[in-house]
Amino acid sequence: MLHIVVKSPFERNALESCLRLAEPGSPILLIEDGVYGALDNTNVAPAVKSAMADHPMYALDADLKARGVADRVIDGIEVVDYEGFVDLVVDKGPSNTWL
Amino acid sequence: MAEFEFETEGVVKKFMFLNRKAPYGTIYALEVLETVLISAAFDQEVALAFVDDGVYQIMKGCDTAATSGMKNFSKTYRALEGYDVEQLFVEKESMEARGLTEDDFIVDVQVVPASEMVALIAAQDVVISG
Repeated sequence: MLHIVVKSPFERNALESCLRLAEPGSPILLIEDGVYGALDNTNVAPAVKSAMADHPMYALDADLKARGVADRVIDGIEVVDYEGFVDLVVDKGPSNTWL
Repeated sequence: MAEFEFETEGVVKKFMFLNRKAPYGTIYALEVLETVLISAAFDQEVALAFVDDGVYQIMKGCDTAATSGMKNFSKTYRALEGYDVEQLFVEKESMEARGLTEDDFIVDVQVVPASEMVALIAAQDVVISG
């Protein structure tokens, strides 16, 4: 199952709950304000880095760029374009959105 | 035309409605509940999970009379049984973090730890979150 996080970890617990309840091995895609969870040197970066041992992590390029943070992504998080987004949904679905 | 026709008769999928929002501050809880009833009407296998502030949706004693026109939908959770929706799960950690116990809920639920909730979510064909 693909887990999609769409809200900032600094505003809501969507990412925190996703990390608690997503099955190990399941991929996590950060989009919209969820991409703030993909950034390094933040208060949540340690939790995200440790979750990367259990979950392949992805972030949507367009949303990173729109927010001016594309150069701050944690090493090891795969940045995907919209085609990559679609591939994840098709290959790893069903999907569940954390909002 | 024919290529858009699908054989759906008798197809039953496992649906989970993952409730994470408190009931009356936003429209999420009510919208999810209406979708639950639609899914049940189509004879799908429906489970509800209450996680994070979603556990507040099933509090006993909700009374919206003093609010301006807000519909009290709490009793709808008790009607779910009539739609054969009987799988109601509450995440133990979310419940305890809010100082609640099973006795606080308007319906019978199964309280499960996060580790079991992980498996329940992973086993679904469709997960709809609100």
